[in-house]
Amino acid sequence: MRKFLSTTAAAIALAFTTVPVANAADLKVGLVLTLSGPPGALGKQAEDGFNLAVEKLGGSLGGANTTVVVVDDELKPDVALTRVKSLLERDDVDIVVGTIFSNMLAAIYKPVIKADKILISPNAGPSTFAGEKCHPNFFVTSYQNNQNFEALGKYAQDNGVKRVFMLAPNYQAGRDAMNGFKKYFKGDIADEVFTPLGHKDFSAEIAQIATSKSDAVFTFMPGGMGVRFVKQFDEAGLSDKMTFLSAFTVDETTLPAQKDAAVGLFGAGTWAPDFDLDRSKDFVSSFEAKYGYVPGSYAMQAYDAALLIDSAVSAVDGDVSNKEGLMAALKEAKFDSMRGTFTFNNNQYPIQDFYLLNIAKRADGKYQTEIAEKILENSGDSFAAECKM
Amino acid sequence: MSMSLFLVQSLNGLQFGILLFLIAAGLTLVFGVMGFINLAHGVQYMIGAYLTFMFFQWTTNFFIALLLGMIVALIIGLACEMFIFRHLYQRNHLDQVLATFGIILFVNELVKVIWGPSSLILPPPEIFSWSFEIIEGLRYPIYRLVVIAVGITVAVGLYFAVFKTRVGMLVRAGATNPEMVSALGVDIKRLFMIVFGFGTMLAGFAGAIAAPMFSLEPNMGDDLLITVFVVIIIGGIGSIRGAFIAAVLIGLLDTLGRAVTTDILRLFFDPSTANQIGPALSSMLIYILMAVVLFFKPEGLFPVHRAG
Repeated sequence: MRKFLSTTAAAIALAFTTVPVANAADLKVGLVLTLSGPPGALGKQAEDGFNLAVEKLGGSLGGANTTVVVVDDELKPDVALTRVKSLLERDDVDIVVGTIFSNMLAAIYKPVIKADKILISPNAGPSTFAGEKCHPNFFVTSYQNNQNFEALGKYAQDNGVKRVFMLAPNYQAGRDAMNGFKKYFKGDIADEVFTPLGHKDFSAEIAQIATSKSDAVFTFMPGGMGVRFVKQFDEAGLSDKMTFLSAFTVDETTLPAQKDAAVGLFGAGTWAPDFDLDRSKDFVSSFEAKYGYVPGSYAMQAYDAALLIDSAVSAVDGDVSNKEGLMAALKEAKFDSMRGTFTFNNNQYPIQDFYLLNIAKRADGKYQTEIAEKILENSGDSFAAECKM
Repeated sequence: MSMSLFLVQSLNGLQFGILLFLIAAGLTLVFGVMGFINLAHGVQYMIGAYLTFMFFQWTTNFFIALLLGMIVALIIGLACEMFIFRHLYQRNHLDQVLATFGIILFVNELVKVIWGPSSLILPPPEIFSWSFEIIEGLRYPIYRLVVIAVGITVAVGLYFAVFKTRVGMLVRAGATNPEMVSALGVDIKRLFMIVFGFGTMLAGFAGAIAAPMFSLEPNMGDDLLITVFVVIIIGGIGSIRGAFIAAVLIGLLDTLGRAVTTDILRLFFDPSTANQIGPALSSMLIYILMAVVLFFKPEGLFPVHRAG
């Protein structure tokens, strides 16, 4: 709330002082992100990424004066719902960008779509809205949740991994991760272990892993769980013995704590800060210069979301009220993505490449993910076929 | 599960139990002696960890950091007692729950403002940062064994302090009949303050020595607090001995339960059903144990006898 007030206050101050009267209609974007609690680091990345893009474009997306209103969903569905309603009713935003977590998206999806506003997800990509329930107003600039795990399964299958120990938290996303991995991986599965969400001590699971005679471990342990698991995995001396395949477990939000313990482990994703593309490198360096930390995929996807909006609004000459034109232009996705080429599938989830990522310590002592190899090329998700759009 | 794996898992369970005991010891005394429900006890665990982390950054010596952290944790505990908790002793339990819950929200937010929301890592002290091969293919950090040893030492020390010293005698007397102790000319307020300060320091100590095994994050004490309440209820409120036995029991049950529940269920169900039920059932085991204990011994395993 405080954040919201200060952003609004800044926007009002800006409106009165510096911005000349524009002919084009103004654009109001509402960001619904998780900014409190330990997962707040993910939302912070997205917020900073989006704001950086708006700032770089001189405060106007597609030529329309842009106001960004940020609200915190606190990772509670009821809070997300209240906050998004105030964005729709009081602030009268044109576009809602959110969320980080899939269960938050489930909470805000209906009210936004019902109000006939455009919803762009900068991270959450649940299967729920990718298939039958796809909607013309809903776009995703990240990925479909299962895809990173499918890519890891494919990598394991193609690289002679024989036996895998699987570990994930006991909630929907954890179970989806396991199923995603098994789509391409057909080898032995030593065990599938589910831990409580927010698990503290992995010593019991690590003892099971060590004695499971597996040559690889597959895991999905976001946030603090990933920090603890990676540290204890390394302390147990398992890093040298088996391949560590993960998604959302070793990334720019956890590496500052994991440090050397994560070097040698693998992640999967669509992008890394070392991505070989000039505009991507510009993005990384200006992000670091402004915010003082390494941007991860969360920041990049939000940055891309802002560029996507920019491209669509300029296609309708800044006339945000032309909703049909705006949505058609969004679907075109004619913007310079940090991932190189970017196209939407029929369900408006991206079609893109997936990479194996390794962890590197940079010369300045910071850690980042780096592209190791391409696993899937121009990959669409498994649910698009069910979408009649 | 092979015998060696079973032993390793038991060691992990013991170590978790010891950690629970360090937190539970203070809570059971405060609850038992003063009849005061302090939900903010888990906050002290977090404060201990964060203070030690802060002093470690300044001094780069774990032991000095731990010492300074404990001193400051004690001061914070005593200050809270003097300014907040003291005014709640005469109120009913609901007021106490409400007030201490407010403290949880406040301190968690404060920690986030000062240290940020991300997980932080405190390295173990240099001399304990090696590991040894406990079974083939698995290295065990020596620091975890040190934590077990320290925990047992504290348990023995507490036992002597409570049963063999004058202060301990007063504490036990205070738990049984506070009015009588007060009538005999003992400053019960000061006694309560000592018990409270010591209890919170112990929770802070648990947080500080647990930090190198896990990670630091805001809210880190809150999940543990629920388990710790289960421990003191099973052990009998106010009983140090009960808290120790219940803590080890819960530690072993939780750790071994997670390791074997799904495997056992696979004997009866197909694998995917076992995978659905197993994790849910294993997180319920400690509550099932509590229900069973309370059914047979409503006062816990080692009830403290109260006058009137």
